[in-house]
Amino acid sequence: MSIFWSLWIIGLTSTNLALLLWVLLANRKVAVRDDQDPDNNTTGHVYDGIEEYDNPLPRWWFNLFIGTFIFAGIYLMLYPGMGAFPGLLGWTSEGELRQHQAQAEERYSDRFGVYANTPIEELAQDPQAMRMGLRLFANNCAACHGSDGGGAYGFPNLTDNDWLWGGSPEQIKKTITDGRTGVMPAWGSALGESGVADVAEHVLRLSGRDHDAAAAERGAGFFAQYCATCHGPQGKGNPMLGAPDLTNDIWLYGGEPRDIRQTVREGRTGVMPAQRDLLREDRIHLLAAYVYSLSLDGE
Amino acid sequence: MSSSLAARGDHPVYDYKVVRQFSVMTVVWGIVGMAVGVLIAAQLVWPGLNEIWAPYTGFGRLRPLHTNAVIFAFGGCALFATSYYVVQRTSQAPLFGGWLVPFTFWGWQAVIVLAAITLPLGMTTTKEYAELEWPISMLLTVVWVAYGIVFFGTIAKRTVSHIYVANWFYGAFILTIGVLHVVNNVYIPVNLWKSYSVYSGTTDAMIQWWYGHNAVGFFLTAGFLGIMYYFVPKQANRPVYSYQLSIVHFWALISVYVWAGAHHLHYSALPDWAQSLGMVMSLILLAPSWGGMINGVMTLSGAWHKLRTDPTLRFLVVSLSFYGLSTFEGPMMSIKTVNALSHNTDWTIGHVHAGALGWVAMITIGAMYHLLPILFGRKQMYSVKWINIHFWLSTVGIVLYIVAMWVNGIMQGLMWRAFNEDGTLTYSFVESVQASYPGYIVRFLGGAIFLLGMLLMAWNLWRTATVPESEPADEVPVEAKA
Ligand code: HEC
Ligand code: HEC
Ligand code: HEM
Ligand code: HEM
Repeated sequence: MSIFWSLWIIGLTSTNLALLLWVLLANRKVAVRDDQDPDNNTTGHVYDGIEEYDNPLPRWWFNLFIGTFIFAGIYLMLYPGMGAFPGLLGWTSEGELRQHQAQAEERYSDRFGVYANTPIEELAQDPQAMRMGLRLFANNCAACHGSDGGGAYGFPNLTDNDWLWGGSPEQIKKTITDGRTGVMPAWGSALGESGVADVAEHVLRLSGRDHDAAAAERGAGFFAQYCATCHGPQGKGNPMLGAPDLTNDIWLYGGEPRDIRQTVREGRTGVMPAQRDLLREDRIHLLAAYVYSLSLDGE
Repeated sequence: MSSSLAARGDHPVYDYKVVRQFSVMTVVWGIVGMAVGVLIAAQLVWPGLNEIWAPYTGFGRLRPLHTNAVIFAFGGCALFATSYYVVQRTSQAPLFGGWLVPFTFWGWQAVIVLAAITLPLGMTTTKEYAELEWPISMLLTVVWVAYGIVFFGTIAKRTVSHIYVANWFYGAFILTIGVLHVVNNVYIPVNLWKSYSVYSGTTDAMIQWWYGHNAVGFFLTAGFLGIMYYFVPKQANRPVYSYQLSIVHFWALISVYVWAGAHHLHYSALPDWAQSLGMVMSLILLAPSWGGMINGVMTLSGAWHKLRTDPTLRFLVVSLSFYGLSTFEGPMMSIKTVNALSHNTDWTIGHVHAGALGWVAMITIGAMYHLLPILFGRKQMYSVKWINIHFWLSTVGIVLYIVAMWVNGIMQGLMWRAFNEDGTLTYSFVESVQASYPGYIVRFLGGAIFLLGMLLMAWNLWRTATVPESEPADEVPVEAKA
């Protein structure tokens, strides 16, 4: 903050408070009576029949007001407030945050650290570790993947042993650490609406759903040409690209003909945010084990 | 005597037509706004109600409709009606401005109707309480300038020497809201129904909450203190308690309110110094706020017995208690450590409605019950008994609403900050939503009861306006009933 703005803030604040104090003290005892009649304690103003007494300020109210001034004065001495003056305590909100983080790190890090060297497959069988994993998951992942890991539209189910990016402990851990971005390109302009419809029928056939056989046959050609690079010739998917298996009737964006046509026409992008800087190694290790354990139960 | 006219008991011919129009619309918009409030309260209990007519009836679109309808339509019409009435009578002068006067009425109604159309359509600037897109916001500015000309023109034409305290508050409200509205609504339009704020980031947030908090401070507080300063002494037929107190708390209130907006941005990217000043000023605001409450409540000394027989006065006095309550709660919530618990919880919603239903709506209803018979040339409302029933419906409704939100708010705040011994959060967000469910049901019931009272008021208004004086509903005179 420049000196000008600092002085501006200090000046404005003090002037306002000083003027207020003056109004308060100046009106403390004054009577505005306009006659000498001792029985008349109104101001003499009448508005549409309304008169005003010139009662003094209630004592307790006056004290309350002064009390808040004193509090304000002390507070602004101790804490930042008066422009660039940092306050006698040297407190800053960022400092407080860092301190809390350091405390948390100190208090909690070994709780997760003790599992750091246990292999994920083994950890997934440790009930106590998995209770901690559950809580980490509820805090950090449930908003997208659901509190049971069951997923939602656009957010994969983590309990079904069907993986976009692979279900080995290493792959899961990498997904969580670095995040993943799955990009399904849009084909509407390349294939045209009838091409989109045909290839969608082929996808329906791959997953064993009701389909129009003739259209699916036409679509198969497109599929081999445009889709197989990522989804594989059989439509089994490719975990390197996050391209889903299209044969198992498990859908991220819905398996109705309308949904599939939309997927193909407009494309899809799914982003799993990287947790490396948010949760760091120890917690991610535990979470990977927890996610791994979810589909063990599912089997 | 400041006015010889008043002393002789005669006065200029006042313009009551516009007052009557605004008063009737106060009741109408009150019902509309609160009905939408009850609907969104119901949506939080039965989420399926979001789909009634998707996407127009989703919570996200109806919520700003609720806030705009209750604050600007209901509250705004009440402020126009009473300020036009009070400024004429306490200045002993008819309204200044000629055609500007009906223009303010029709212009304001146009703004409201446009808001009611565009908000459900999803056209919004996304700034809370300033959602209206730029063409409507420009119209609003024009209407507001006309309002200022009418009001201050009338003050200038007054035939009494002093300006009554109610008019100080109305004047401060009109001036400040004008400035706030203009500064917060500097947009770059990209088409007819979309614009972007010229401010960005933290600056935008600070300007928005400087505006937002003073929408509370000047629209919902200073303006309504204007109502209080006329209708409480008038209905109680007692002098105002202390002129000194009105001077001190007026200047303190208007100068400190403009500092306090930062308490909406605690623990945000706003620099620490601004947060501290916002908190400190909010605490200083306690005494000035209570000054208004004291001046209103103490005005009744010597007239307490009237509360037993006069439900209109009861509305006015109970509104002052809620004013005292919410302006005590507000400074407490401004303390950073308290705000760390209350922010983003239903506690804020409870605080809002302690002010909005308890103070704003109740004082409006009281003032309207005073005003409506006069505007329709009657001695009193068609049924005083119904006013009494309305009073109890409102009170019960408010208490259910606020208590439910307090319980929910504190529970949510505590659940969100509960940790396990391994540093993970004990509850996920959904669990806190689940736990809030009973509170949402109680709030819905409270709101519905409050709305019921408003419907009774509308019926009472209708009868007052249409049934000839010779057949009042209550056979017994009011005084005899106790
Ligand atoms: C560049 C590689 C790539 C190509 C080429 C590609 N896809 Fe995809 N596809 C993906 C990825 C990656 C996803 C997952 C998107 C996500 O995670 O959001 C996907 C998702 C899908 C889905 C949605 C699956 C679900 O579970 O909802 C369908 C259906 C689909 N692709 C069909 C096709 C068809 C048909 C073609 C050819 C016209 C095609 N894809 C070509 C990479 C590709
Ligand atoms: C903001 C939402 C979001 C959050 C939070 C989130 N994820 Fe994801 N996650 C996704 C999306 C979207 C995908 C799918 C990416 C794609 O389409 O390829 C995904 C994919 C995954 C996958 C790969 C699934 C597969 O089939 O290969 C794993 C494992 C995963 N997430 C675990 C986690 C864990 C553990 C957390 C908590 C630390 C977490 N996610 C938090 C959105 C999220
Ligand atoms: C029948 C009466 C009412 C009911 C049932 C009601 C209900 C609601 C509901 C459900 C919300 C949304 C809360 C949330 O997001 O969790 C809300 C918000 C709000 N209401 Fe009301 N309301 C009523 C009357 C009023 C009145 C009379 C006013 C003002 C004069 C008002 C002002 C507001 C404001 C300002 C908000 C936004 C609060 C915030 O953003 O923090 N309400 N109301
Ligand atoms: C001295 C007086 C007051 C102070 C210091 C005060 C303070 C506060 C604080 C600290 C919040 C919570 C901010 C947050 O955590 O996000 C708040 C919210 C609110 N208050 Fe007050 N309050 C006061 C009086 C009132 C009155 C009388 C009303 C209504 C008539 C009112 C209406 C509101 C509204 C509408 C909000 C919600 C804003 C939003 O988030 O949308 N306040 N107030």
